[in-house]
Amino acid sequence: MSLDDLYRRVIMDHYQKPRNRGTIEDGAVTVNLNNPTCGDRIQLQMRIEDEKIAEAKFVGEGCSISMASASMMTEAVRGLSLDDAMKMAELFSLMMQGKDIDPESYGLDIGDIEALQGVSKFPARIKCATLAWKAMEKGCGECKLKSE
Amino acid sequence: MNEHEIRKSFPILHQEVNGHPLVYLDNAATSQKPIQVIEAIENYYKKNNSNVHRGVHTLGNRATEAYEGAREKVASFINAGSSHEIVFTRGTTTALNLVAQSYARAFLKEGDEIVITPAEHHSNLIPWQQAAKATGATLKYIPLQEDGTVSLENVRKTITHRTKLVSIAYVSNVLGTINPIKEIAHIAHGHGAILVVDGAQSTPHLKVDVQELDCDFYAFSGHKMLGPTGIGALYGKRKWLEKMEPVEFGGEMIDFVDLYDSTWKEIPWKFEGGTPIIAGAVGLGAAIDFLQEIGMNEIAAHERKLVQYAFEKLEGIDGITIYGPRKGRSGVITFNLDHVHPHDVATVLDAEGVAVRAGHHCCQPLMKWLNVTATARASMYLYNTEEDIDRFINALIKTKEYFSHVLG
Repeated sequence: MSLDDLYRRVIMDHYQKPRNRGTIEDGAVTVNLNNPTCGDRIQLQMRIEDEKIAEAKFVGEGCSISMASASMMTEAVRGLSLDDAMKMAELFSLMMQGKDIDPESYGLDIGDIEALQGVSKFPARIKCATLAWKAMEKGCGECKLKSE
Repeated sequence: MNEHEIRKSFPILHQEVNGHPLVYLDNAATSQKPIQVIEAIENYYKKNNSNVHRGVHTLGNRATEAYEGAREKVASFINAGSSHEIVFTRGTTTALNLVAQSYARAFLKEGDEIVITPAEHHSNLIPWQQAAKATGATLKYIPLQEDGTVSLENVRKTITHRTKLVSIAYVSNVLGTINPIKEIAHIAHGHGAILVVDGAQSTPHLKVDVQELDCDFYAFSGHKMLGPTGIGALYGKRKWLEKMEPVEFGGEMIDFVDLYDSTWKEIPWKFEGGTPIIAGAVGLGAAIDFLQEIGMNEIAAHERKLVQYAFEKLEGIDGITIYGPRKGRSGVITFNLDHVHPHDVATVLDAEGVAVRAGHHCCQPLMKWLNVTATARASMYLYNTEEDIDRFINALIKTKEYFSHVLG
């Protein structure tokens, strides 16, 4: 097990300088999630326009992996349709299971998220990485229910 | 005692983890099991397996003797007045829930008070929240002092004539503090309240004498004291157990059953509905034999020595915060490394073969009190050595260096 697989420079960069940290004033979908076994928590807010994620912001407390993952996720889903965002969450989940995935076949640009691939080698930390994604999936699901 | 000799009984300790010799410092979560315990369970299943209290055949007798023999061992281990005062449970949590459901719900009413501390493990907190909600009693907290300890002055201030039940851990699983149980029992009894003790972190590490402590109930788990998971015990003073109703009904706990009403067995069996964890009890008995052969006072002294050794070494490292008092504590060190989340600390330590716990340790109110979301915790036991502590310290220094590097 190589720690450098886990603590990639780009991850530590997102941890130290989280993107999209903060709250959205009004009209946002808000999801609060926590990891009850370790106490990490996240509040994710998404502003949805025309069934697309116009903006995603988060606040929370947690380890480097959970916070970096939240930062990367909020970057990656901006501008995506709800369906594409949920597809990306599925892709991320497969990535965490250590599956070889080809983002292009999904027609998605995962950007920095690729750096989180190494988390799959640290089973104890997968929950840290998926927290923000679970929140995003939940938020998208709620929006879709409402619009139906 | 010779910890190097003791280690020979623990096969699991002799392995490499991530290319390093295993240093197991997560004993407050669960302890490892000596070969004597593993073999006792194996032997039971190979030769004596049968249900208890019902068969008239030989194996049935052997199983019953093994199960009840284990109860005798538990009673003598904590110096209960009689083995009738020992109820086998799944562990500390079920034992405390039994008191909360059976005693508290029956004997507490609106206006009464239940007193605990903010340092309690969730197992000794949520059952009381629920009991308070069910009975209308008020849940009150003894404030902690700045170093996380409980002062008798604060105990006296919190317990009133309305207090009916006080419940407190003998040893904190986070701060390692050892609470003055005997004195608290005295204060509680002076107000007509009973004292329940969460013994999850004390029974494995200290010599426990429930009569000397004068507590009314005492709960603990087997798996933290070299025994298997899924077995633990509740000690209760006979006068209370006899007045209490069972919370689980069915086979094994009955005396006479009629179509519309039934009567219960005598204590402790009325609390043990269904087929019990027989092999678990046998394993716990073997664990008690193992501990007693070494001696609980020797084990406590060994851990005191180790924790002091660890403190001296930790003091040499900049950027470490240690929570709880420096003195009068058990072999638990809860800490944080500046600028590094405890999960990240635990992951790097694991890469060095060192197992510690990171998280809230099932003590969320205490984390809030400490003003942190999580901490890392190294907890020791009889098989840990000074070399283990050295490896832990070295790994911690490496962790610090690693993060100062990756965080740039």
